[in-house]
Amino acid sequence: MIDPINPPGRKNPLLRTRLPASPPRPRSRTSHGFTRAAAEGRFVLQRCEACGVFAYPAREACPSCLSPDLVFVDAPRRGTLLAETTARVPSDVYFRERAPWRIGLVKMDCGPTIVTHLHADCVEGAAVRMSFQLDKSGQAVAFARPEGETPNMADDRQWREMTADPKFRRALVTNGRSVVGQEAVAALKAAGAKTVFVGVSEPWRPFAGEELLRGQQGIEVVTLDAADEKSAVDLAADIGGKVDILVNTTEYVRPGGLLDRRGTSIARDEVDQAYLGFINLAQAFGPAMRMRGADGINNSVAWVNVLSVYALANWPAFGAYSASQAACLSLSHCLRAELRPGGIKLMNLFTGPVDTEWFQTVPPPKVAPRAIAQAIVSGLRGGLEEIYVGDVAEEIRQRLAANPKALERELDR
Amino acid sequence: MNNSQRTPYDGVVMAAPVTIPYVRYSVESAQWWIGRALSALVAQAGIKAADIDGLCVSSFTMGTDSGIGLTQHFGLCVRWLDTIPLGGASAIAALRKAARAVQAHDADIVACVAGDTNHVDSFRLTLENFSRFNQDAVYPYGAGGANSSFALIARNYMRTYGITREDVGRIAIAQRANALRNPNALMKAPLTLEQYLAARPISDPIHLFDCVMPCAGAEAFLVMREETAASLGLPAARLLSTIERHNAFADDPMQVRGGWAMDVGELYAMAGVKPDDLDVVQTYDDYPVITMMQFEDLGFCKKGEGAEFVREHDLTIEGDFPHNTSGGQLSVGQAGAAGAYLGLVEGLRQVLGTAGPTQVKNASLGLASGFGMINYDRGLASGAVIFAGPSR
Ligand SMILES: [Zn+2]
Repeated sequence: MIDPINPPGRKNPLLRTRLPASPPRPRSRTSHGFTRAAAEGRFVLQRCEACGVFAYPAREACPSCLSPDLVFVDAPRRGTLLAETTARVPSDVYFRERAPWRIGLVKMDCGPTIVTHLHADCVEGAAVRMSFQLDKSGQAVAFARPEGETPNMADDRQWREMTADPKFRRALVTNGRSVVGQEAVAALKAAGAKTVFVGVSEPWRPFAGEELLRGQQGIEVVTLDAADEKSAVDLAADIGGKVDILVNTTEYVRPGGLLDRRGTSIARDEVDQAYLGFINLAQAFGPAMRMRGADGINNSVAWVNVLSVYALANWPAFGAYSASQAACLSLSHCLRAELRPGGIKLMNLFTGPVDTEWFQTVPPPKVAPRAIAQAIVSGLRGGLEEIYVGDVAEEIRQRLAANPKALERELDR
Repeated sequence: MNNSQRTPYDGVVMAAPVTIPYVRYSVESAQWWIGRALSALVAQAGIKAADIDGLCVSSFTMGTDSGIGLTQHFGLCVRWLDTIPLGGASAIAALRKAARAVQAHDADIVACVAGDTNHVDSFRLTLENFSRFNQDAVYPYGAGGANSSFALIARNYMRTYGITREDVGRIAIAQRANALRNPNALMKAPLTLEQYLAARPISDPIHLFDCVMPCAGAEAFLVMREETAASLGLPAARLLSTIERHNAFADDPMQVRGGWAMDVGELYAMAGVKPDDLDVVQTYDDYPVITMMQFEDLGFCKKGEGAEFVREHDLTIEGDFPHNTSGGQLSVGQAGAAGAYLGLVEGLRQVLGTAGPTQVKNASLGLASGFGMINYDRGLASGAVIFAGPSR
């Protein structure tokens, strides 16, 4: 059983901030089948299409029948911990700084044995539940947890290295004027965040839901207009060293594509708000977050973007908006690479049309803002990189994988 | 037991066992160490470098070189060449190949050599680039090399058979006693059971004195036909039998035995001897628990009786079961791939009667084993040889 983690004390400004180190990063190309699964919180293994055998580590041919038809499929997560060891003096810098570090060998019910990181409550001879997690190098690693819930389970020291749990951390939600932003603030607070900063542009102007943010314990309204570079820089100068999780909820939704609009003024607004706003936020907050990736219990851990699923496939009815989201998605991959040396996760949450005023004419199903907020928290707790919220987003993900041309034609309706 | 159709090693001998004394760190390259070993071979055998017409090389730290680059580097013109990347099983594998080469007259004098340097970062670089499974599925877990992988194997093996750290420690302590007589051993201080037990943990149940010290060094010997050795006037040891096995017992969930267990009957049958007949035994001791496993798998006792075996025998030079007489890798040091050769080279000196301060009296029949390549969760390569000195 593990003790709950304690809230971090006030930081001694004279102490040097521990710089982030990365666990070993190289992987074979085939092994990135696990990276893909870990990004979405799935547990996969290679299975031979010819003889049905499960294999691990990643192979190019079946060890049972030599067939090359090995496919990554969702696999049963249950296994038994055969043996464990605690590494006291690892040669790798990342692990040396975090020693003692516990690993084990798990025999999966479905066949293979897996070298794995261990949750502290895993016991030799007992059943474990396996997952692939993204470690601080952004690569997939196996992680074994006890089969059932144990007290303070999420506080496990090694588990917390793999996740971005809001507990005791400080978050910035960038847009408190939106319902999604307000729900995100509430969900992060409920998940144990120590402080949630919430950005509001021109905060003297009243807005709906204001009472949910003002005067609440642990919620601080701050002035932020992401589209304004100076505003972002000013806020970062104030709280940049205290943002452990940044949730970019910027939303700027306008209907229309190309030919039914005149000129570029709306498109320019879309780009200003979503794309350049993202750049302003990244440049203002990214460097400090990357520096603080190993800064104790409340180290900086994650950047979250709430994106439209139409970033992945253009929806002509909201065609220019879709394009602005695609630009943000592309930029997010750049930011992910640049935050990676700090061990900061970049999580993209893809949603279908949200139940807000700008999608008023769109028929259901639509996504409730609260569902997005809950998905943000569960994604952070699971250490995920990609989340699809709602039926529309999930359907587009699947149809895109099946046939992008069919999806393109069918979105043109 | 022996239904083998294998051709006997009639007429194959080994000569000129060479050790280039180890150092903890070296600014020299692996090629430098290998060159020193070749030079020592030539000097000890009283031949010219041009007489070497076969070369077999093992090294982790040669960079982009393999055996072929070394031929030009050292001015050797050979008609038989091999590079063996089998870690701790390299010496046995090299000997097997070289033996068949000289037997078939593909070559007359084969130099088998292993050498590695040890810069301050070589050990880490070797670990990082060890194998694909290691890169994908072991190294990212902070195992920092073999320690944690062997710790898992050791923990399971010790629990399964009720083996204590005291039992395992006897092996390390006996080897340290042997090493104190070997001026080339890097470990110079005596080791008591109390010190062994009190050592700091590295990766439970592996503690400090269960681990080898990486270092730089080289080892080598010559393989030739009996008549070649006679014409050169070289004292030589006859090769009686060998075994080699890779990826054995893949269905064992965890490693509790090595490939030796699959072939041990053939090892003794081919040599025409019994385990009791051996005068000196050199096991591959990257960890003492792996040596205990070999005592079982090589037929000195049954599976699960390794602890009892070491309690009942004296493993020192003067003891009733002289084992790893130079001090082994645990006390001499592990010079990369040369670690695979250390036991065999010392074994050859023993049966040739040239072991000097570590000499076992009247040793004439020896066994050396190899083990290597923790590719993922277990050591994959194993091998063993039995050889006899001129007095037998
Ligand atoms: Zn198959």
